[in-house]
Amino acid sequence: MNAMIATLGGTLRRLISPKVIGILGILAAVCLYTAVASDNFLQAGNLERIVHRTALFGVLSIGVAFVIITGGIDLSIGSVVCLVGVLLPWLLVHHGWSVPVAVAFVLGLGAIIGLLHGLLITRLGLQPFVVTLCGLLFYRGVARGLTQDNSQGFGTAFKGLRSLATARIPIFGDAGFQLPATTLIFLVIAVLAAVFLNRTVWGRHLVALGCNEQAARYSGINTGRMTLLAYVISSTLAALGGMLFVLDINAAQPSDFGNFYELYAIAAAVLGGCSLRGGEGSILGLIVGSALMVVLSNMINLVHPRYQNIEFAIIGGVILAGVIADEVVRRFARRRLAP
Amino acid sequence: MPPLLEAHRISKRFPGVRALDDVSLTVASGEVLALIGENGAGKSTLLKILAGVQPPDSGEIFVDGKLARFRGVEDALSMGIALIHQELNLADNLDLAGNIFLGREPTRRGLLDIPRMHREAAHWLTRIGLEIDPATPLAALSIGRQQLVEIAKALSTSARLLIMDEPTSSLSARETETLFDVVKGLSRQGVSIIWISHRLGEVKSLADRVLVLRDGKNAGEIPTREGIDHERMIHMMVGRDIDRLARRPSHPPGEVVLAVDELRTPAHPELTVSLDVRSGEIVGIAGLVGAGRTELLTTLFGVTPAGGGTVAIAGRAITPRSPQEAIHAGIALVPEDRKEVGLILDMTVRENMSLVAVANESWLGFIDFQAEHTLANAMIPALSIKSASDTQSVKFLSGGNQQKVVMAKWLAMKPRVLLLDEPTRGIDIGAKAEIYDLLHRLAGEGLAILFVSSDMEEVLSLADRLLVMHEGRIAGGLGRDELTEENVMRLAAGGTHTRMSA
Repeated sequence: MNAMIATLGGTLRRLISPKVIGILGILAAVCLYTAVASDNFLQAGNLERIVHRTALFGVLSIGVAFVIITGGIDLSIGSVVCLVGVLLPWLLVHHGWSVPVAVAFVLGLGAIIGLLHGLLITRLGLQPFVVTLCGLLFYRGVARGLTQDNSQGFGTAFKGLRSLATARIPIFGDAGFQLPATTLIFLVIAVLAAVFLNRTVWGRHLVALGCNEQAARYSGINTGRMTLLAYVISSTLAALGGMLFVLDINAAQPSDFGNFYELYAIAAAVLGGCSLRGGEGSILGLIVGSALMVVLSNMINLVHPRYQNIEFAIIGGVILAGVIADEVVRRFARRRLAP
Repeated sequence: MPPLLEAHRISKRFPGVRALDDVSLTVASGEVLALIGENGAGKSTLLKILAGVQPPDSGEIFVDGKLARFRGVEDALSMGIALIHQELNLADNLDLAGNIFLGREPTRRGLLDIPRMHREAAHWLTRIGLEIDPATPLAALSIGRQQLVEIAKALSTSARLLIMDEPTSSLSARETETLFDVVKGLSRQGVSIIWISHRLGEVKSLADRVLVLRDGKNAGEIPTREGIDHERMIHMMVGRDIDRLARRPSHPPGEVVLAVDELRTPAHPELTVSLDVRSGEIVGIAGLVGAGRTELLTTLFGVTPAGGGTVAIAGRAITPRSPQEAIHAGIALVPEDRKEVGLILDMTVRENMSLVAVANESWLGFIDFQAEHTLANAMIPALSIKSASDTQSVKFLSGGNQQKVVMAKWLAMKPRVLLLDEPTRGIDIGAKAEIYDLLHRLAGEGLAILFVSSDMEEVLSLADRLLVMHEGRIAGGLGRDELTEENVMRLAAGGTHTRMSA
């Protein structure tokens, strides 16, 4: 009984760490400001769009979080999104593949890409930054070459498959807010990821390896295999994200589809409390981080449309401020704890 | 005339340990002061403070009777105090002159003034008796001569006090002899020396005066050359605590659990090591730094691959290629570097303890938190770990308690062979005694224990049997009745170095 309480306490503490509270506060402040400044913010359609986009970027972010927790980085996510985004309609429409085969193929391709990254990093000892940077260039090149740079889409076909990303579930009846199907998919993945990280041996090993690879190795943890697993998860979720994005938008232009998405994903993970030094990260924080990125962009659109061309600068500034605040708090805490 | 250097009531704390407590020291011009003490007595901390590497928490340093406040090594150097590290700080891609003037090269019209560098370097080299062309590349010199170059470099900064940290630890007998002559010559020229060493024979033949540290405090002084004597120094270094570290009775050993046959380690691939450890036996491995002791343990644990030979556990050959294989065979390793390799500092006490055994207690890969909690709450009292709770972050524990958490992690997997590398380095004397008690209890339960230690007192009090390594091979074994510091040192130095038994 005591153990259960202690465990529950530990889980709660981990879920609602000061970091998560901090970022939740920022999110609430941005939401409040936008709601006051713009009547459109609280409209059902806008809220739906926010949770929908949070879910799509959140899928990518959870993937990259696994890699970041091991102390690595995955820069290839945007290009994997692009490759899968153009391949899926290309295979279905131009080559007449059946839906299950095409979907299995693109997800499997993601897994193989991750495996390849992981092998290059763990077996050859290459740096994650370099390996995935080459991936970033390579997969986009392949996507553009395969399609001769032509935009790929489903036209009016494949409504059933597309509903994975486009469906809205009327939880409050037909009027008002309807829950996007992507949100459900995202929540299932988030819960699985949280259970994996906090409740399984492999998850524990992954965090241990991220905190201190040497100590993990000396404790008999197969650090190579765990690192490999992290890259497979990252690229597979990138492939899933790419599939959802193209099903939603119904058009993928190989030259810019998924551009910069790896950076959104990394930014959301960092905002949500992942440390690029490894060993730290919470799924809840990451969800809030993803939401913050989307809401910030929404705020600029609604409240300051004339600042749209400096959207990147605003988002970059907010992330930097968040990271600085976190570091200041950390130093303050360390000084208080020092003997 | 005031002494060249006077340190008055220096104190320094580190998280969890009081490294120096009110330590005072003086050095006169031209004096050779030997600073001795066990590992962890505070010698390194004191010399770092004297050389400006770290500031003291309290206390004052006077140079020539004037209060000095060192903000860094440069300040100490400008006052004529130079530290010569155990590991040499030289660039082996440069020549001797380049090394001596590294960082303060003479220039002419913005370019290096090489003729002047060579001329002046030759002067300093001659002063320490090295008649070598300053254009010789450093890499062409033996370690012993490189060390002399380091001394020449210090002298060229007009150093009046050289602090030498275990200068002979990697020197041959002949090189040690040469170094002694240089030090004696410098002393006659008025240069003062603080000589830190574990080798009491050395101290006896070199020092004018001996200062002893114990547990971060002044533990005594031998003020005259004539008074320097082995027994007296050992007594001062070990002091009253000798009872607490006294030998426990050994257990009758059982059958061979760990059998190592002609094992080759990457550090010394041309040599082989063979040894046996029996159930219930505590076997120590002594030797100088660089003798290949740590590499032997990491090879046994599968961290570094064996270049040949076999390792057998209870008669079954396994020769681990990874820590997983070693653990599977029942081998555990408590590594030397607790903070970097032994523990995951950002995790809790409980998570660290369960890191190895957690996989066995899981169901379908899910962690059994109940079992984890039970494990931690059995281990904490069993090893008398002082921690607020099992969910305390392990980084807030003291060194001794952290080491016990590492031990708990390995005991949780019920090993058959326990390897320990410097099991009590940086741990206070109370926790040391507790760890020794624990190891004896474990041996009594039939565990085979093999430990590496540079702490002479630990080696003498803990080992049922001792193996001494020298340059990658086992130079000899000592039974309990042959265990003396002199015997250990003689073997560690290669078995021919009679000076050590002086």
